[in-house]
Amino acid sequence: MVNMLLNGLQVSVDEGMTVLEAAKFFGINIPTLCYNEGLTPYGACRLCLVEIGEPGRSKLVTSCTYPVGEGLIVRTHSERVVKTRKLLIELYLATCPSSKVIQDLASEHHVTRVRFRPRDEKCILCGLCVRMCAEQMQGKAIGFARRGVDRKVTTPFDRKSEECRLCGGCMYICPACQARCQGPREEKPICNACLNLSQPCLDYFDDAMCFMDPCVACELNSGRTPKSERRNNP
Amino acid sequence: MTVTPKRLRAPEDLTVLRQSLVDRTDDRKPRIAVCGDTGCAVCGSLGLASSFKEIIERRGLKDRVGLKVTGCLGFCEQGPVVLVFPGEIFYRKVGPGDVEEIIDRTVLGGELVERLLYRDPITGQKLPRCSDLPFYKNQTRVLLEGNWRIDPNDIYDYIARGGYSAVAKALYEMTPEDVISEVKEARLRGRGGAGFPTGLKWEICRKTKGDTKYVVCNADEGDPGAFMDRSLLEGNPHSVLEGMIIAGIGIGARHGVIYVRAEYPTAVVKIRNAIEQASELGLLGENILGSDFSFDVTISKGAGAFVCGEETALLLSAEGKVGEPRQKPPFPAEKGYKGKPTVINNVETFANVPLIIKNGAAEYRRVGTEKSGGTKIFCLVGKVNNTGLVEVPLGITLREIIFGIGGGIKNGKRFKAVQTGGPSGGCLPEQMLDLKVDFEELSRAGSIMGSGGMIVMDEDTCVVDIARYFLQFLKSESCGKCFSCREGINRMLEIVEGIAAGEGSPEDLDLLEELACAVKDASMCGLGQTSANPVLSTLRYFRDEYLAHVELKKCPAAVCRALIRFQIDENLCTGCGICRKECPAEAIEGERRKPHTIDPNRCMKCGVCMEVCKFGAITKS
Repeated sequence: MVNMLLNGLQVSVDEGMTVLEAAKFFGINIPTLCYNEGLTPYGACRLCLVEIGEPGRSKLVTSCTYPVGEGLIVRTHSERVVKTRKLLIELYLATCPSSKVIQDLASEHHVTRVRFRPRDEKCILCGLCVRMCAEQMQGKAIGFARRGVDRKVTTPFDRKSEECRLCGGCMYICPACQARCQGPREEKPICNACLNLSQPCLDYFDDAMCFMDPCVACELNSGRTPKSERRNNP
Repeated sequence: MTVTPKRLRAPEDLTVLRQSLVDRTDDRKPRIAVCGDTGCAVCGSLGLASSFKEIIERRGLKDRVGLKVTGCLGFCEQGPVVLVFPGEIFYRKVGPGDVEEIIDRTVLGGELVERLLYRDPITGQKLPRCSDLPFYKNQTRVLLEGNWRIDPNDIYDYIARGGYSAVAKALYEMTPEDVISEVKEARLRGRGGAGFPTGLKWEICRKTKGDTKYVVCNADEGDPGAFMDRSLLEGNPHSVLEGMIIAGIGIGARHGVIYVRAEYPTAVVKIRNAIEQASELGLLGENILGSDFSFDVTISKGAGAFVCGEETALLLSAEGKVGEPRQKPPFPAEKGYKGKPTVINNVETFANVPLIIKNGAAEYRRVGTEKSGGTKIFCLVGKVNNTGLVEVPLGITLREIIFGIGGGIKNGKRFKAVQTGGPSGGCLPEQMLDLKVDFEELSRAGSIMGSGGMIVMDEDTCVVDIARYFLQFLKSESCGKCFSCREGINRMLEIVEGIAAGEGSPEDLDLLEELACAVKDASMCGLGQTSANPVLSTLRYFRDEYLAHVELKKCPAAVCRALIRFQIDENLCTGCGICRKECPAEAIEGERRKPHTIDPNRCMKCGVCMEVCKFGAITKS
């Protein structure tokens, strides 16, 4: 057991835990997008930032990767953390506005404005699908390609991969493509957006990504033509 | 020098070899050193070297005149550079036609070739010797000293000048703990940019349990305009190897890896050659100098990603994986190359180590500041008169570097800003010129030491344009793994581009500042954390200029195309019509011998008219 100071409280936790796990254990809610209990921490979404160290010499670290340690001082909701976190959520919202997960995060954290030019990205590159495929499904069928703003999740050479066993794990875990909010419709005063969810994966992940044939999402969403039929009858 | 390689089995063998080499060298024998580094090579220095060789051979002077193709001599501005010893006579901009004359008059005759001498731009005096030139006079060349005298392809040259004696000393006169405490005592700090105390890093790694440990040399120098590490690797590769061996002794590692970018083919060849020569003499490999310490070095070539200069990304890339940073901790000293405890240092850091061990920490610390000892190599580039490679003691002021060594700003323009630390450094204005250059002071001023790039800007530079340029570079080099860096840089660039295009508002400046702070705080690795520096430092020191862009829609330096206008002065225009002919957009109209006018709607602001006008009638504002 190690002793640490969590938001001003002296707590003692098991050695080998991460700060995020410790905070969860004590009921402190830290938002995450790229974290999943069953997968290796990745530290890419930056939402789980916490402030560590003495005030004045503190720094922000991702709690999903930072190990607990004797005498560690952690603040999960300091002004600096909240300010940075809110700006990151605002950035997510500007980049991927149609994800219900992100919209929910925004309302939970009182992000009420977006000052950046909106774009509609389909993928937030959290890497959950890649880790799911490799670690839980032993598939290693998908991975990242290219870098920076061109980075994307794909199969080798963008071709249908023989390693893929069509298990659907990647789709199951994706925070962006499970359910997409279509946003308020102009003619209707009530949003109803949560009743208007549909799957975007069909358009975006056409050849490279969607190996589900017939696709689970298409089956669920009877309003769309299943992928196999679309391909045969364009 | 031709010596048959014989394996050295004891430290005494090394001393004997050195003595025999020293005995054979005659300091009075004339020698010619031709700079063979990239800057001079593109100006034809390699051709010069072969014609020197050809003439020396043809005239049977081979025994009387020595010739060396060396690494970078530093004064790239004046290349191709040729030095003649004894006397350190400095010839600049030497052409193929000058070769015969240099041999006849200087080498054999002992006179100077006046027209090839450097002329002081202020006094107008011709200065024959290196030590007279302000560029060299004001430097403290400790690491670069070797570049003048050593043929990088010849290990005997290095040994003759005391090379590898630090390895012998570390093996036979010191314990590994002594080695580490000596480096700690010298206050050597990582020259790669962050300035972490090297001795402390070694100590942590030594204390970490593990049977296999590694020493990794970071030679992935990717900053635009920076070539310190390349010059060391190409000019004096053995000093880096020697530093790595000593690090191996200190931490108890048997293996070393040099990660060098594939864009440095010459450096790769020279290191490979150096490793082969050192192995032949038993200075690398099993039982070095007859001791029970063994160490080998392999080369790993990078594939050209800026982010691979970050240590965790570099280690993954060296293992053959995708070069992306990972979140620290664990630090490489605990879990590094192949998951083993690893010391990773920059080229220049390793090159400092033999000096510390050989001369002792106290001697080493005579140069430098209280917290960081030694010298630092900078690449002085941009709008400065003397561009090149400069080595200065830590703690020197920016003014001494830019005006003392650099000789001031080109074409008599005014100094505006200097950017230290490459693309992720900050721009410092004139009032910061008396800042002492060390890790703490620079970081307090909002910049970083970085690996040593130093870009000087004059009054014709627009800071918004500069911020945009560096953000563009960082955007294409960000690996994209963590969201704050990938999207943050992209959005900062979006805002800055808007400002440069005249579409910015004062609120944009606040948003830009807020975003930059968040990116700095939230990003995973050094690239993201420092990517906001160009923006934050320019906002801090040149806010007026940003305000002029967003409020007045004017670019004070007349750089941002969307905000400038070209105009013809009626009184100066003679109506010659040359601008009308040259204008690619056909935006200039006017009758012959009558003042012309520019149609602002058609003008694409290329500036050709201004260049071709012989009467200075065209201005931009």
